[in-house]
Amino acid sequence: MKKKLYPLHCMQIGKKVIVRKVETEESIKRRLLDIGMIDGTEIECVLKSPFGDPHAYSIRGALIAIRNDDASSILVELKD
Amino acid sequence: MKKKRVKNKSSFLKIGLVGNPNVGKSTVFNGLTGLKQHTGNWPGKTVSNASGAYTYHDREYLLYDLPGTYSLIAHSKEEECARDFVCFEEQDGMIIVCDAVCLERNLNLVLQTLEITKKAVVVVNLMDEAKKKGIEINLTKLSHILGVPVVGASARSGQGLTEIMDEVEKMSTKSPRGMDITYSAAIEKAIMPIEEVLKNRLSPNYNCRWLALQLLHSDECMQNSIKKYIAQDFFDDPILKDTLQTAKTNLLEDDITTQDLSNKIVSTLVKKAESIASQVVTYKNQNYQAKDRKIDSYITSKKTGIPLMILLLMFIFWLTISLSNYPSEMLFSFFHFLEPHVQNFFVNIGISSGFLSLLMDGVYRVLTWVISVMLPPMMIFFPLFTLLEDLGYLPRIAFNLDHCFRKCHACGKQALTMCMGFGCNAVGVVGCRIIDSPRERLIAILTNCFVPCNGRFPTIIAILTMFFVGFRSDLASSFTTVILLTGTILIGIFLTMLISYILSKTLLKGIPSSFTLELPPYRKPQVLRVITSSLLDRTLHILGRAVLASIPAGILIWVLAHVEVGGLPLLQHGTNFLNPFAELIGMDGAILMGFILGFPANEIVIPIILMIYLSNGSLVDFDNLLALREILISNGWTWLTAVSMILFSLMHFPCATTCLTIHKETGSWKWTFLSIVIPLVAGVVICFLLTSVVRLLGLV
Ligand SMILES: Nc1nc2c(ncn2[C@@H]2O[C@H](COP(=O)(O)OP(=O)(O)O)[C@@H](O)[C@H]2O)c(=O)[nH]1
Ligand SMILES: [Mg+2]
Repeated sequence: MKKKLYPLHCMQIGKKVIVRKVETEESIKRRLLDIGMIDGTEIECVLKSPFGDPHAYSIRGALIAIRNDDASSILVELKD
Repeated sequence: MKKKRVKNKSSFLKIGLVGNPNVGKSTVFNGLTGLKQHTGNWPGKTVSNASGAYTYHDREYLLYDLPGTYSLIAHSKEEECARDFVCFEEQDGMIIVCDAVCLERNLNLVLQTLEITKKAVVVVNLMDEAKKKGIEINLTKLSHILGVPVVGASARSGQGLTEIMDEVEKMSTKSPRGMDITYSAAIEKAIMPIEEVLKNRLSPNYNCRWLALQLLHSDECMQNSIKKYIAQDFFDDPILKDTLQTAKTNLLEDDITTQDLSNKIVSTLVKKAESIASQVVTYKNQNYQAKDRKIDSYITSKKTGIPLMILLLMFIFWLTISLSNYPSEMLFSFFHFLEPHVQNFFVNIGISSGFLSLLMDGVYRVLTWVISVMLPPMMIFFPLFTLLEDLGYLPRIAFNLDHCFRKCHACGKQALTMCMGFGCNAVGVVGCRIIDSPRERLIAILTNCFVPCNGRFPTIIAILTMFFVGFRSDLASSFTTVILLTGTILIGIFLTMLISYILSKTLLKGIPSSFTLELPPYRKPQVLRVITSSLLDRTLHILGRAVLASIPAGILIWVLAHVEVGGLPLLQHGTNFLNPFAELIGMDGAILMGFILGFPANEIVIPIILMIYLSNGSLVDFDNLLALREILISNGWTWLTAVSMILFSLMHFPCATTCLTIHKETGSWKWTFLSIVIPLVAGVVICFLLTSVVRLLGLV
């Protein structure tokens, strides 16, 4: 059965998820690829900034902040 | 046989240092060359190439410290520097620096670099940090897989540097094997014919396989570099055009567009990196980031994030103000004590009285003022700031404030460039290279000087102390200064955002672009090294600048004050001319003149103002701030003058160096002009409004 996909920015702190679709605009898509965010990568939401935007995610051992606007077009599934 | 030494660049072996941001490239560079390239715990510290030489076993190497980059596909100006160096410059080898704590991500760049050149040494840096976090790396196995030498290092403590030099030496005589990367069959099939065409056309220096791959998926920026470095008419070759077209069509038949191709290529590399990392890295403690997370949960939390930031800022200001009082007083007394002796010395060597007054009233006074009042706060503020930088706090500021910048349609990294502006606006302007979007970069450049640099910062402190706090050195009064200073800085930050907002609604219209910001792990700063190096560096730098700017300014003022036209000194004409306008914005002609003549360096604004006052005849001794206050008050200063002066220091025009830097960075006189006009207009308008309101209400 196919799992339900969620936009990344909705994830609570501490949730581990798996990236399924990166549908952001090209420029940031390349960057995300460069830092290793490809289909199947496991990431975790780690921090939310004081105003709630951006959030920071742990991606392959590095902590990367992404604005919610961009994170909303990254689709993830929950890791069980 | 010993090689003959030739002092000629071509005899050097050219080696580039490439790696992700913030992995210690500059630290390795400094360790090898003995130079003092700035380092700091945040991505984007180095934004342009620096080079330095070292000698090992009688061979000379020229090392290039490149800006950090995540990949060889450039997104921003600073990455372009690094990319062009690796891909197109003729070099004799690369040192690829990796972060041991986060090796997997770093391997992506290693693989990309190895695609271009096998002449490479991989340095796994920060081994000390990895060890502390229970991360083990099997370097032998890594070297075996990559096919190039791998050296483990802790560059900050100098460990591994000799091994690096050893391996670089070996590499220069014998190229390592180097691993090859194979893509899916369809892609390989597309590469082959292009590679053949290129091989027939280009000299064997070029890596044709890599170039063929780039041609298949490259963007305009890469194509421009190819034209620039290989041949302007590179793409005009009909055979190449044909082959390229066929290959692209074939790919399309396999359902691979150019865009897909790029993504497939990167994915292949990322997966490769993942598989390599899983073979060589062992985590003994899965939760190795727990401590950082704990700290971050306070530093960036909704409740405590912003207050902590302001408290920290205030704490630093407080330390700066209360600690700099003492050296300041001491320097004042010292120079005061020295004055007659210096004067005697000049008299004894037979200097005429006119020239003597130029030297003493002009140069000596400006110089000693700059040293006694400006130097101490700078020398305390900057080591403190460097500590924060080393700790890894700056990117957290950007993280906390990004929301505000997004609201202004600007980039969160602008906060980082503002932090750099505290040191020097020219440095801040260059630092704007870390911002990818050209629109947002321009906004950051144009607004950088709303953050007071170290030339203006002490001016503001001095005026605050003189007019609003008094000279008691008790806790309450230094606390008041801190509050006022923080307020001033916050006004600057607020204006930065306001102007950014206005700009992005008018001249630089656009929506906020996407960006990613890396938050590095916290690192223990090397307190002693930071203090000694930034003290030494700063002191020398500031002294040099003060001397360079204040001597000509001192001479100019003295001449202007002594050459008379129509019975009045030229200086008087100038200040009289400026007076009516200056009155409107709460100041006087002398102050405005001070700002104008202080264009080369903001440090000398107050000394110039003083000299103008003193040249009017009221020659007073001044040996501390109290005496200075008397001079200012006797020249009609009120609290309104002081506030206007502070606001105007915060926003007038960038200093000469900054203007030149802005021109260099934007390549346009139009933007340079705007960068002068914007703060000037802001300053004039705000001072005018303030003055009018205060006068209307009859408060002065
Ligand atoms: N613990 C530790 N810290 C290091 C080491 N090498 C560099 N650093 C720190 O890492 C940060 C980044 O260094 P820098 O040379 O500026 O990195 P670059 O951006 O790659 O040039 C600085 O704060 C350095 O002090 C090391 O071997 N061990
Ligand atoms: Mg660097």
